[in-house]
Amino acid sequence: MLDASQYGVTQRDVVGAHGLAQPSSQPIPMICCVRDLGILRYADAFARQQDFVAGRKADEIPDQLLFVEHPHVVTMGRSAHSENILASPELLERAGIELHDTDRGGDVTYHGPGQVVGYPIMDLRKWKRDVVAYVRGLEQVLIDTLGEFGIASERVQGATGVWTPEGKIAAIGVHISRWVTSHGFALNVETDLDFFRYIVPCGLTKPVTSMRALGVDANRAEVTAALARNFGRVFDRNMETI
Amino acid sequence: MIDVVMPQMGESIVEGTLTRWLKKAGERVERDEPLFEISTDKVDTEIPSPAAGTLGEILVQEGTTVGINTVVGRIAEAGAAIPAPAPAVIAAPAAPAPVPAYVAPAPVVTPVAAPVVVPVVAAVEAVPVVDASGTEDAGPLSPLVRKMARENNIDLNQVRGTGAGGRITKQDLEAYLASRGTAPRPAAPSYVPPAAPAYVPPAPPPPPVYVAPVAPKPAAPTVQQAPPQAPPQAVATIPQTVNVPPPAPAPVAVEQPAQFRGQAPAGRVEAMSTMRQKIAEHMVFSKRTSVHVTTVHKVDMTRISKLRDKAKGEFQARYGFSLTFLPFILRAATAALQQFPLLNASIDGTNIVYHRDINLGIAVALENGLIVPVIRNADEKNVVGLQRSIADLASRARSRQLRPDEVQGGTFSITNFGSFGSVFATPVINQPQVAILGVGSVNKEPVVVDDAIAIRSMAYLALTFDHRLIDGALGDQFTQKVKHVLENWSEEVL
Repeated sequence: MLDASQYGVTQRDVVGAHGLAQPSSQPIPMICCVRDLGILRYADAFARQQDFVAGRKADEIPDQLLFVEHPHVVTMGRSAHSENILASPELLERAGIELHDTDRGGDVTYHGPGQVVGYPIMDLRKWKRDVVAYVRGLEQVLIDTLGEFGIASERVQGATGVWTPEGKIAAIGVHISRWVTSHGFALNVETDLDFFRYIVPCGLTKPVTSMRALGVDANRAEVTAALARNFGRVFDRNMETI
Repeated sequence: MIDVVMPQMGESIVEGTLTRWLKKAGERVERDEPLFEISTDKVDTEIPSPAAGTLGEILVQEGTTVGINTVVGRIAEAGAAIPAPAPAVIAAPAAPAPVPAYVAPAPVVTPVAAPVVVPVVAAVEAVPVVDASGTEDAGPLSPLVRKMARENNIDLNQVRGTGAGGRITKQDLEAYLASRGTAPRPAAPSYVPPAAPAYVPPAPPPPPVYVAPVAPKPAAPTVQQAPPQAPPQAVATIPQTVNVPPPAPAPVAVEQPAQFRGQAPAGRVEAMSTMRQKIAEHMVFSKRTSVHVTTVHKVDMTRISKLRDKAKGEFQARYGFSLTFLPFILRAATAALQQFPLLNASIDGTNIVYHRDINLGIAVALENGLIVPVIRNADEKNVVGLQRSIADLASRARSRQLRPDEVQGGTFSITNFGSFGSVFATPVINQPQVAILGVGSVNKEPVVVDDAIAIRSMAYLALTFDHRLIDGALGDQFTQKVKHVLENWSEEVL
């Protein structure tokens, strides 16, 4: 769990007992609650996201940035091609990997231990009504964060995500309903990259890398703290850690 | 009818892919209820319905990419039965903008405002407009009709409109096309399959997506099931060693005749899988690259057949997989390749590349495609070793466990369409190779032997070779060598 005090903010009265903000008291810049949900199965995390999305649509809560770590799971986006899963379902099962259909954009990806997964639940009407600008913003958050850890990364045209010369280090896949975002990004911190061999990530046959593989030892708390900070800056939100 | 349009999901966004309709035509939909989904740059977005009513028409099918503001469907409003005739409004994007999710690109039209004709820009394809003249007289046209007319080169003045106010409908165009017979090809077909990855012909190793897209059937490691039912045109890989230049900058995308596009398909429209797209691209590439000639020789398989019958029981018991005809064919082919190395070569510009190794590609049929795993240094293996490799590769091909390097680097290919009952076929060369041997089914036939009629186990060998490099005589000498080895088999099997 992150320490809120390091951002110079405290849990203000906008955050109620259940972590829900009072809609009437949103200051400027807007608040975004940061929650580290810890290790959560994909289906459980999805259900949590849905709750937050419903709350956000109803304007009962401010924007949220959820962090989570999934046990091994291969997820297929709406535009997924099943042939991009190289292993048979039986083989995945034997390897202890769940397989999930999901409603985010993008093809096939893998989540697992050592990966920081970020799910921003954000109302884009209160930012920019622009889904592409949103995705570029997420990339910027990741690029800036990696930069803080001494890793140079960049965008690749036509291949959403964040790339280093050694390969793709972060994946992005987003779902939007009434301008409220769900799903988000997955940053490989110390992911066991062997698990990506079961899939063609995002349908691209490019290598995958991690911060650890690039020689950077960072712990999860440091990474999520940096991600939240950069998210606040890029999206002009006041980040409040719950 | 309320038009439903492709919304603009951001300033820089000019088009979107309709990934899924959440309602069927004729189904009831509430205002603001999710109606369809679109995809833009890794973002999937649910689009709510602009009005309550019945989804009347779906104009843009799933998987299609269209420009923003393109009408993708129509909703018959609750209560309003049939669209009012006469001054038909083509498209009022996002009707009374009830949906906050839309960025209404047009001036906001209040519900009571007079009908405003908003020109709908279906600006995805830069196809020359053929019939600008006809548009005026023909009255307001839906984007679909305009597109159909453009693609089929129809002068709309020739078409009688039966829609409201004499408006030309899709059905009118279909009737017109049917009466006109074969539609002439449009001047510049610019159809690109939606979301198809751009294909660069002599690409370096293709991605290892040649894997069964659906759950494999339990893989029996018998070769009888191995080869493809479709001709073995599998063109799985293009080794980097040889750079085959694309002969012409012709479009690589699989073109459809124009007339299939505009018409409402009578059946179902389905996006090709990535594997299917790759196969299609490679097939076209091969046919465009090589001069395909097929020569067919009859071979007497009686000797092999007897040998196999005698050995197969013990073979199965000893090795755990069954003995088929295929390893014998492979063995004979390697002997012929050693004698005629030009068949184990590639063309690189004006050079001939003779490959040092004999790496045999074996076409394997998958449920929804095919793949050509490679047996490396096949000349170093005996029948048992070859049969083991075949069983292993075929089984792993079906369970999607082949490594990328196992489908690359082939120097010659063999396809066993006989296992599907084909007597002979004309295979397509697996680029950048220069020949492929197809094996037909082995059948008992009456054959004249020494002026007497005998019953022999016969099969056809069909060799397709690239006539740029291989002359007919050489192709026949090669096939005769294969035949000779098979008919005079001398190796022990067990």
